[in-house]
Amino acid sequence: MVTVQMEEKGIFDQFEKWYIDRHEYAKAWKQKTGGKVMGYFCTYVPEEILYAANILPVRILGSHEPQDVTEPHIFAMFCPFCRDCLAQGLKGRFDYLDGIMIAQSCLHIRQAYTSWDLHIPTEYSYYLPHPMHVQSPHAVPYLREELIQFKKSIEDWIGKPITDEDLKRGIELMNANRRLMKQVYELRKKSNPSLTGLEAMYMVVSSQMTDKNEHNRELEALLPKLTTRDIGESGERLMIIGSEDDDTKFITMVEGLDATFVIDDHCTGTRYFQEEVNTSTDLMTAIAKRYVDRVPCPSKDWPNRTRLDYILQLAKEYDVQGAILIQQKFCDPHELDIPIIKEKLEDNGIPTLFLEFDVTVPIGQFKTRVEAFLEIIREEDLF
Amino acid sequence: MSSVKYPKEQLKCWGKAKTLRENYYRDYAEAHDKGGIRWAGGAWSFDAIPSGLGEDVWCLTGEPYGATVAFNKDLALECQEAIETKGFARDLCSYMRNYWGSVILNKYAWPEFSKEFPKPDFMWQDHICCSHAKWYQVASDLEGGIPMFSVDVSVGPYEGLTESKINYIVGQMHDGIKWLKKQTGREYDDELLIKAVYNEFRSCHYWAAICELNKTIPAPLDEKTMYSLYVLGTLRKSSQWTADFYEKELYPEVKSRVERGIAAVENEQCRIMTDTQPPWAFLKVFRYLEKYGCVSIGSLYTFSLIGLWEDKEDGTWGPRTIPDIEITNRDEALRALAEWNLSKPEWQHFYHPKLKSEMMIRIAREWKLNGVLLHFNRGCEGLSLGIAENRLAIQKAGFPVMPFEGNMGDEREFDLTKTMIRIDAFMESLGMKKLVE
Repeated sequence: MVTVQMEEKGIFDQFEKWYIDRHEYAKAWKQKTGGKVMGYFCTYVPEEILYAANILPVRILGSHEPQDVTEPHIFAMFCPFCRDCLAQGLKGRFDYLDGIMIAQSCLHIRQAYTSWDLHIPTEYSYYLPHPMHVQSPHAVPYLREELIQFKKSIEDWIGKPITDEDLKRGIELMNANRRLMKQVYELRKKSNPSLTGLEAMYMVVSSQMTDKNEHNRELEALLPKLTTRDIGESGERLMIIGSEDDDTKFITMVEGLDATFVIDDHCTGTRYFQEEVNTSTDLMTAIAKRYVDRVPCPSKDWPNRTRLDYILQLAKEYDVQGAILIQQKFCDPHELDIPIIKEKLEDNGIPTLFLEFDVTVPIGQFKTRVEAFLEIIREEDLF
Repeated sequence: MSSVKYPKEQLKCWGKAKTLRENYYRDYAEAHDKGGIRWAGGAWSFDAIPSGLGEDVWCLTGEPYGATVAFNKDLALECQEAIETKGFARDLCSYMRNYWGSVILNKYAWPEFSKEFPKPDFMWQDHICCSHAKWYQVASDLEGGIPMFSVDVSVGPYEGLTESKINYIVGQMHDGIKWLKKQTGREYDDELLIKAVYNEFRSCHYWAAICELNKTIPAPLDEKTMYSLYVLGTLRKSSQWTADFYEKELYPEVKSRVERGIAAVENEQCRIMTDTQPPWAFLKVFRYLEKYGCVSIGSLYTFSLIGLWEDKEDGTWGPRTIPDIEITNRDEALRALAEWNLSKPEWQHFYHPKLKSEMMIRIAREWKLNGVLLHFNRGCEGLSLGIAENRLAIQKAGFPVMPFEGNMGDEREFDLTKTMIRIDAFMESLGMKKLVE
């Protein structure tokens, strides 16, 4: 059973609160600072440039509620995540946004952005072309030019230039956030990890919707407390791999079965913060290089499959006993990778369970499947 | 009772088109017997580039191959079930699944040319849809590690083209040529590349010119027939045989049909267009429409999967003019090729559905349509992208729309009876009565 002493339980509450009250937070931030808020659809958006312009980037995520407002706009064969995101806009829940933007990644989330652009009046809207062939040596110079165009567009919008000093500040803020979250993740390697998978999820997802200055302060306060904290017996050490995932109910359910998620490969997890911007070169090249070299979304992981080795390395470093492969239903990029990831993990002695997520998940059915999966892992321990 | 309004005649070059297509699949299968090279890749790949490796280089483009499999229902089902047992989702691109299934079953869709699936020597792909490069990444795995190169062309809409975007694509092309030389051990002939680029200009121009002729009432071609003709461009748009066929045979014949008032549908009284690939195993839908005197004049898909278009001085949409340029070296050829392809209408909606809606509404107006049939195609996420928004925009522009759901390559996801009933209702709503029982 995953247990944490009572007095230490609350140390992730702030992250959870930010995640749950994301709209209230952004509205309050806007009122307090008078700044602009940018809704973004994909983690390939260079938040450094937004922070340099004192704009608050807020990732647009769904609400995990059934909805019927997107049917006229997105064909039902596209992933439930993109439809859930659009639903939030159509329902007016992001009515405080001053702008929206996307950096090119998969086709699915692109539709949430374009339908939002068509139907929800917003002061500013930007489609950032982004290389898909990130393994090409031409990707960085191309993205650099696109980032320059984007920066110029932001400058036109806010009515003032973004200086190199501004950019350095934006970069350092983002890098600090990445560094701090990596330090927290390191503590999940311990035999008794310092935090649960649910707590890790709240921490990373909340960083995508709060001011990184505040988030960093919270992380800095958290780290000393975490080094001496452990959650007790972790049970089976699991990895979770796949599409966008902020399904806290699912994580809670699994961790209620005497298992702990100790690591992930999600854009709401490690894929978001693994690499920093290295400022040893000119700043726009440095930012471009970070987004080209980051652990890729599967839509950009070709011709070589770099994610395979990365996932295996994480599994080894975090002493993973089993992996849950999840994907948003109809998510083609992940569907194209999952068979080979499954094969590779199993060849390396790591059992896997594949699950397909929708806006809501059938917790009862999934619980039965996860229980069966954990029994398989535990049986191996017995003999 | 039928009311024949217009004369009708069979296309004289029909047999030639059929032969060219068969030759293509035979040549690919027999390439190694002739000491030649085989490559596989998408219909949108820059096929002009491998042409520089020699005149004995043959290709197999995946989408038309997947459609060929789909047309053979039994083989398609066998392919789909085979790939599903490997753990691949059945909602993935159905062309891709048909292709992969063919690979792992080791069955060629043209058994008269090869009993076994002819393995390519390399894979040469483009990337604009999430499934493009990944298609051949998986195919490479399934075929035991065949080398693959893919060029990312997803740099945003043509209206926002910059030198940097062209440089990104051309840089990849240059790398691709070095890679081709390394993979094949051959020298690269820039003259052959340049010749192929000119051929591609002609193929894309003349196919659009042929489609433009369908503005005429009665339409000289119907979409079901057009499928068998546009396919040559999807097989090898940069070949001499495709360019010559479009320019010297098909275009003059269709022009002659217009001049003589020859109709594709002899009782034409209603004109529609469709969208996306059709459910290939159920092309009888188009013949059913003819019972209402309804001709599908084509679609943005048939017009511009290969055809390139531009605004004409009189404000109409017509074939993109063949560039009046002299290409003298490799870099110029690659730049011209990149710029030409980036204007492809079917590449624009990848960035915003409004770009496609504008073109579709334009077709509806200029081709004088009564309504639109939209195939919500579960088999192709790339061309179904934004289709729901297209429906809203076309309706707003005043054109009745009938959406129907299906799958271009997986018949398990198409309900023929239900679709026919919907067509009856749609025709009734347009005020059309069946002319033929």
